[in-house]
Amino acid sequence: MVIPQLSVFIENRSGRLTEVLEVLGREDIKITALTVADTSEFGILRLIVSDSEKARDVLKDQSFTVNITNVISVIAPNEARHYARLLRILSDRDISIEYTYAFARGSKAVIILRCNNNDEAIKALKENEMELLNASELFKI
Amino acid sequence: MEIWNGHFECMDRLDLKKVQSERLMETVERSYFNVPYYRNKMQAAGLGPESIGSIDDLHRLPFTDKQDLRDNYPFGLFAVPMSEIVRIHASSGTTGKPTVVGYTRHDIATWSEVMARTLKCAGAGRNDFIQVAYGYGLFTGGLGLHYGGEKIGASVIPVSGGNTSRQIQLMRDFGSTVLACTPSYALFLAEALQENNVDPSDIKLRVGVFGAEPWTEMMRREIETKLRIKAIDIYGLSEVIGPGVASECMAQEGLHINEDHFFPEIIDPDTLQVLPEGSMGELVFTTLTKEGLPLIRYRTRDLTRLTSERCSCGRTMIRMEKCLGRSDDMLIVRGVNLFPSQVENVLLEMSEIKPHYLLVVDRVNNLDTLEVQVEVDEAFFLDKISQLEALRMKIQENLETALALGVKVTLVEPKKLERSETKSKRVIDKRKF
Ligand SMILES: [Zn+2]
Repeated sequence: MVIPQLSVFIENRSGRLTEVLEVLGREDIKITALTVADTSEFGILRLIVSDSEKARDVLKDQSFTVNITNVISVIAPNEARHYARLLRILSDRDISIEYTYAFARGSKAVIILRCNNNDEAIKALKENEMELLNASELFKI
Repeated sequence: MEIWNGHFECMDRLDLKKVQSERLMETVERSYFNVPYYRNKMQAAGLGPESIGSIDDLHRLPFTDKQDLRDNYPFGLFAVPMSEIVRIHASSGTTGKPTVVGYTRHDIATWSEVMARTLKCAGAGRNDFIQVAYGYGLFTGGLGLHYGGEKIGASVIPVSGGNTSRQIQLMRDFGSTVLACTPSYALFLAEALQENNVDPSDIKLRVGVFGAEPWTEMMRREIETKLRIKAIDIYGLSEVIGPGVASECMAQEGLHINEDHFFPEIIDPDTLQVLPEGSMGELVFTTLTKEGLPLIRYRTRDLTRLTSERCSCGRTMIRMEKCLGRSDDMLIVRGVNLFPSQVENVLLEMSEIKPHYLLVVDRVNNLDTLEVQVEVDEAFFLDKISQLEALRMKIQENLETALALGVKVTLVEPKKLERSETKSKRVIDKRKF
């Protein structure tokens, strides 16, 4: 149920994000989700892509620092209360969220989560009948 | 391990001091009477040969530096008639005139002696094949190793530098056991062996004697792993004699200085005061036996520290730490002396990062700022901002503790900072004075 997510270390200077995307573009890699977490000096670009291992290899060849981390994906109606409920389920089990981001398509929202314990989180979400997506389902969205 | 000259190399330090004192007085006398430059300088300081009664008086004498050699180009500092000089070497200056050094027959014998000690220090002997891949010619590396190798009775292979395919062929066909070259060329050779798919069992190397440029412990580990040898650091400079001034023994815990021939001092490069044993500072040499070109308190610009603590190998000769920086590289930031090697040492001790860094010094609102850019190593990069921030803070704290100076650490992408084995550009000083 976990989804491989690409993390790329980038310096906060103009053009850097473009370079990453151009490298991936040359390899025909498709992107489902993308977010940037940053400080004033550096950032971490997080991407869910069609072929994460290939993406990692081509970025490494271009001297980027890259890693693959596992995240969880949940689909729910795009209403705030659903997102709130999801977070409540996890906090009730003392599972902490390292980061989360989301995107919507129509009335459905896809929520990406990285928890301190992904297995426990998946278990908790399933028990509460939240709808999880695997990698191939996520790509069909 | 065998010691070449136990009488001197293991001499009681009090006896050694007597030898050094006698030799210093002779050197000062010869320099005073035979070299106008030294005589003028001593007279200007109100000193004569009688002012020096023992090695303890050395600090009273004026310093000599590379500029003095250039000003007296080519032979002005020689202390013997040219008819006594049997060899001349020169080092090419990056700017201006080369530095010229002359040897009498006795100097060549001294040089062979200290190089014999160096090679014995590295565990070499008469059954070894020494492949000398230092350049032969005006540079002192090749011939220095050559004479020392012959002196200990080894089979010397004078390949000289370069021509990597021939190096590999001879190494394999002759079964070279000792490699002598610069550390960066040793690494280059190691990679060439891999690229040429040379079977490691065809290579008989067991030790390397590497010098003529600064190299880090990290480079040493890389060379030792890739060539499967013990890498011994040797130190010398042509002005003093060439290679043979100091060498590590198999303990690899500092380089024994042949101080019965070359007397070391450590000074503060700013105040020029002699520092107590154990302090980091600039290395200064006074030659004690050289005839052709005696040097009195010659400033090497190399930074190190000394210890006379007894070494496990049995030698009593004082040891210097591996040189990692030069006083020329010294930066003064907010009044604090700073050497890039200090930053490197802090980074080397942290397993989470590689010591690839760049120092950026600037002046903002009349205040010096120091930024240290450090590359993020892939092995440590997990995708959390908090973790990178924590790493950044840790590097910053370690640097601030070691440097006694406020530092701003910036994490940068890998391979952005330039790689260079020899003279790496590690500092950008944007200040305008
Ligand atoms: Zn020793």
